[in-house]
Amino acid sequence: MENKIMDLKDKMVSSFLAFENNVDVDHPIHDIRTEAIKNFELKGFPNKKQEAWKYTSLNSLQKIDFSIFPKESNALEYKDVKRYFLHEIDTYKIVFIDGVYSSFLSETTHDGVDICLMSAALSKPMYKQIIDVYFNKVASKDESLTTLNTAFSKEGAYIYIPKNKMPKKPIEILHFATGNEAAMLLQPRNLIIAEENAELQVIERHQSLTSNDVLTNSVTEIFAAKNAIVDYYKVQNDVENASLIDNTYISQKSNSVVKVHTFSFGGNLTRNNLNYYQNGEYIDSTMKGVTILGEKQHVDHHTLVHHREPNCESHQDYKGIYGEKSTGVFNGKIIVDKIAQKTNAFQQNNNILISDNATINTKPQLEIFADDVKCSHGCTIGQLDEEALFYLQTRGIPKKEAAALLMYAFANNVLESVRIPELKMRINKLIANKLGVQLGFDL
Amino acid sequence: MLKVNNLHAGVEGNEILNGINLEVKAGEVHAIMGPNGSGKSTLASVIAGKEEFEITEGNIEFNGEDLEEASPEERAHKGIFLSFQYPVEIPGVSVTNFMKTAINESRKARGLDDMPANQMLKLIREKSELLEIDRKFLSRSLNEGFSGGEKKRNEIFQMAMLEPKLAILDETDSGLDIDALRIVANGVNKLKNKDNAIIVITHYQRLLEYIVPDFVHVLHDGKIVKSGTKALALELEDKGYDWLKNESVV
Repeated sequence: MENKIMDLKDKMVSSFLAFENNVDVDHPIHDIRTEAIKNFELKGFPNKKQEAWKYTSLNSLQKIDFSIFPKESNALEYKDVKRYFLHEIDTYKIVFIDGVYSSFLSETTHDGVDICLMSAALSKPMYKQIIDVYFNKVASKDESLTTLNTAFSKEGAYIYIPKNKMPKKPIEILHFATGNEAAMLLQPRNLIIAEENAELQVIERHQSLTSNDVLTNSVTEIFAAKNAIVDYYKVQNDVENASLIDNTYISQKSNSVVKVHTFSFGGNLTRNNLNYYQNGEYIDSTMKGVTILGEKQHVDHHTLVHHREPNCESHQDYKGIYGEKSTGVFNGKIIVDKIAQKTNAFQQNNNILISDNATINTKPQLEIFADDVKCSHGCTIGQLDEEALFYLQTRGIPKKEAAALLMYAFANNVLESVRIPELKMRINKLIANKLGVQLGFDL
Repeated sequence: MLKVNNLHAGVEGNEILNGINLEVKAGEVHAIMGPNGSGKSTLASVIAGKEEFEITEGNIEFNGEDLEEASPEERAHKGIFLSFQYPVEIPGVSVTNFMKTAINESRKARGLDDMPANQMLKLIREKSELLEIDRKFLSRSLNEGFSGGEKKRNEIFQMAMLEPKLAILDETDSGLDIDALRIVANGVNKLKNKDNAIIVITHYQRLLEYIVPDFVHVLHDGKIVKSGTKALALELEDKGYDWLKNESVV
């Protein structure tokens, strides 16, 4: 007897019809969705023959029989999930349980700024003008996973910060997977807009609460207008059967600063596609990452910075520590258009392998068409410094703790730019946990 | 306290120490001098337990115990301290936090609870005054961006905090101006008592004007070729090392 599981691609395409029963098909957004599903049907899931997916395989994930829509609405008690929030401080919260908004766990606002839901923004007339201008405008129209998300885009976080405004507190976007389904596919869609001179801080986290399979294919669009400042923190510390494909697209105007920090400690397979497009002068695009992996974990960082105007900067600093049989990928692409003179583009990827079975593939990809630019890139792969270990041991610190201290020191400069002290403290604790040590102080 | 018996040690088959004999008793200060490449720093590292070096013959006893199996941290817990010629920079870990970790790890090894915070602060205050260390300095990342003098002063501060039985100061005078040298030497002298011992490793006689040794040993080609009192150091200052090299051939 053969019980064949439908191919995930076919399943997605055929599920689109069921999806259409629950959305307003007359809304202009639905044309975008329809176009997107056509595109996905044409392309399908990426495979290892494609250069950008050479080191990351989605094959085993495609064999899982994912539920695409949760069968029932699930509730969670705050006390059970409190630890995943940055509960030490007051924050706005946009919380989803199995892809469904939880008003019970959330704290949204319309007080001078909009921190609320994508479903509301996509359906209510008052948001129409903004949605028309921004929705799906920077996200790729032909990258297959992005189009898959676009086709099913319905829910996620919607954040709009008007000119000269700044929310009173940081915003947390949390996605919980309850495991009530054997396997769940989630496709959140976030839209974040910071108008001229606006400023905001966002923390995003995906958390599965059981060991059931979860695959999240997320798309976030961020627009930073003139002088806007966006700090975005991605905390990736999910359980072993949770995989994440994070597609983030950022469009920046003159003098804006957008910093994305990605902390990757958990999960099964994580792919970060982080894309910056500079559409103005004197822009600062900064991306930083700390990756600490063990077991058979896999994290793939693919970054792109497209310098399209003169006098801009980009800074990339990714640190990776790979243990056991973990694998890592860093691929950093920088494009400098001919017009983009006086560009400063820096890229650094440093890695430590602490196991003979761990692997890292690191590759800079520079396409520079302007002649008056400063571009530097460097990648290193090494082991822990024996002399430094010895130094710490002679002070009475056991080898394991000494190694942890050195790894912490190695990753430290990435943490320096975290502007929420409580978050920094939290990340430090996650690092200590991940390194399996307790030191005489909180890292 | 420390007994080095016919010690032969090296790296990957290259012998660097060729039969060292040295005995250091509580309350004594020994100076080990010698030209570059004579094996001074290797001797210090081998006593502190650096795994890179292999002992091929002889042994090291500390308070009657053979150290062969002891890891560097275990040696530290037993009371051996090595001040590094080139202290390592640890960004993101403050001097204070580093000392807390080191002290509490040593206490843990001796079955003691963590030192209470107020006691720790008192100790830090006391010892930093001893070395004329500014309070702000203590919250800086360990050795990161420190000047040569600051690094060495910080090494002696760590020694003061850990109160070792045997302190080995490896080229502590290198890179120090005269004021820094005086502060460091004063610190060492204040820490010296009848129950502990100090080995000063140096190329020059200069430091020995401040930290006065009871014994001076000259190392050449991995062997102690001459031992004597402080007068030997002055003689070396006058004549250099060459006359000893010739003497050792005879």
